[in-house]
Amino acid sequence: MLQRRKNRLGFWGWLGGGRYGPDRYAYSLHRLTGLGILAYFIMHIFVTGQRLGGQQRWEGIMASLGSPTVRAGEFLVVLAFAFHAANGIRLVLAELGLLIGRPGVPAFPYSYSALRHRPVLIAAMAVAALLAVAGGVDLYFGMH
Amino acid sequence: MRESKLWTWHILSAVVIVVLLGAHMGTMHLGGLLERLGVGSGDPVDWARVLHRSRQTGYMATYITLLGAGLFHGLYGLRSLFLELSLPKRAERAVGGVLAVAGIALFIYGSYVAVALVRGSGV
Amino acid sequence: MSNAATGDRAILKTVTFEVLRYNPSGGATPHLETYRVPVTKGMTVLDGLTWIKEHKDPTLSWRSSCRMGVCGSCGMFINGLPRLACNNQILNLHSDRIVVKPLPNYDLIRDLVPDLGDLFRKHRTVEPYLIRKDPGEQDRPTGEFFQSRQELFSYLQFAYCIKCGLCLSACPTVATSEDYAGPQALAAGWRYLSDSRDEGDQERKAALYGSHGVYRCHFAGACSQVCPKGVDPALAIQMAKRQAFLQGLGLGKPRKAGGVIPPSEERRPAGEIPQAPPKTVVPGSG
Repeated sequence: MLQRRKNRLGFWGWLGGGRYGPDRYAYSLHRLTGLGILAYFIMHIFVTGQRLGGQQRWEGIMASLGSPTVRAGEFLVVLAFAFHAANGIRLVLAELGLLIGRPGVPAFPYSYSALRHRPVLIAAMAVAALLAVAGGVDLYFGMH
Repeated sequence: MRESKLWTWHILSAVVIVVLLGAHMGTMHLGGLLERLGVGSGDPVDWARVLHRSRQTGYMATYITLLGAGLFHGLYGLRSLFLELSLPKRAERAVGGVLAVAGIALFIYGSYVAVALVRGSGV
Repeated sequence: MSNAATGDRAILKTVTFEVLRYNPSGGATPHLETYRVPVTKGMTVLDGLTWIKEHKDPTLSWRSSCRMGVCGSCGMFINGLPRLACNNQILNLHSDRIVVKPLPNYDLIRDLVPDLGDLFRKHRTVEPYLIRKDPGEQDRPTGEFFQSRQELFSYLQFAYCIKCGLCLSACPTVATSEDYAGPQALAAGWRYLSDSRDEGDQERKAALYGSHGVYRCHFAGACSQVCPKGVDPALAIQMAKRQAFLQGLGLGKPRKAGGVIPPSEERRPAGEIPQAPPKTVVPGSG
């Protein structure tokens, strides 16, 4: 019986694994930001739930979470949301078969869905950048 | 098929979240910008404002919707991640069950907070 | 230094091939070995490997057959992407360093030879053949299936798959998931689902829309990027999701499979056609 050696990429396959197009890295980033947002969200449910404890409890928590480090962390969440939302809208459109082209007869050099879809990816990144800048501007004004 | 139903809800909850969370982010994180532009209304996490929002049924409904959509969308995404890790079938089903239970528990907690404050019994 | 690969063509330059070597019975772990290979115009990576085998190391092993990009045997990971070795000229890689490794996400048998068993097993799960409600229909044909040009072009590109397996190497989900059907199987499944002659929607449901089907694809698009025949499996998978979504919301158009063109007494040959010679084998006799 011939021995087989495992050659699966594993997690490295999620992060890269070759000279692939931007869509593949958008996938990795989408997953990463999703996990980050989920972690923040679950914590957020408990923190905002503290408003049930009245004014003193609430203001105590807000004071302890008002430091610049925490605000910078919140800005990271805003960044993550900006990317995840913009990319997510793109994915909703693409996975419903919109803006990815139609099947036809392949002729060399081959076009393909992700390539035809590239302008949509660029537009989504532009939207994400805009939202990130807006969040950053707000953070700046909030600190000064 | 069940997977198709779950995925459809994942897409629909995504649309709901983009709208509601976008608005939420706008109130919470664009406040400084809005003030500079002259249309802001002060610190959104100031207690008076928090209380004001908590007492309104409209806000309560919005928060509960956002909570439900967010929990489903996020936990389905996490389940998707686990399904791609070559786990044995029983482990996959167990993970799905645990995430469902956690989601329901968090939803009940968050909704309880939202409803309790509207009824004025929490403060 | 000439052979079938170089012949009497001018040697334009010499490149360094770094090839992964692995012999399971030798006890060594996989490692890269370096060879200096002369390059002539038009020489492919496959030609380079052949030169190495003929001049440097006869134990180098790989799979290849047609050497023209139609059989799908010579899939390898070359300079950062899964490619067919026969389909990529060395000079077109624009590098003096050619790194050749076996296709990732498949078990490795030896040197550059991957175990493509998973690829074919997953392909079988989508039942990749025409399924009709009447199972005997294709054994007792009475006429052609009707299919318009539009209906043909809606699935034709997905039928060009040569089962080379590059797409599963590129897919990030296949990187971690042994159970995921993979872009090849899902695109093949969609090729039949969208074929107007096919009536096998129910049979393929579990494979395509189960927990390791199309919903584990996240449109990274790498499969379509590396496909050497322009099959675009990513497009097939998104169209499969779209169909399930629309049908789930009751918005999908119910598809009625095309019928058989009835035999017509009106159909006569256009001109004088000679009579066929008498049958040499009587039907039913053996």
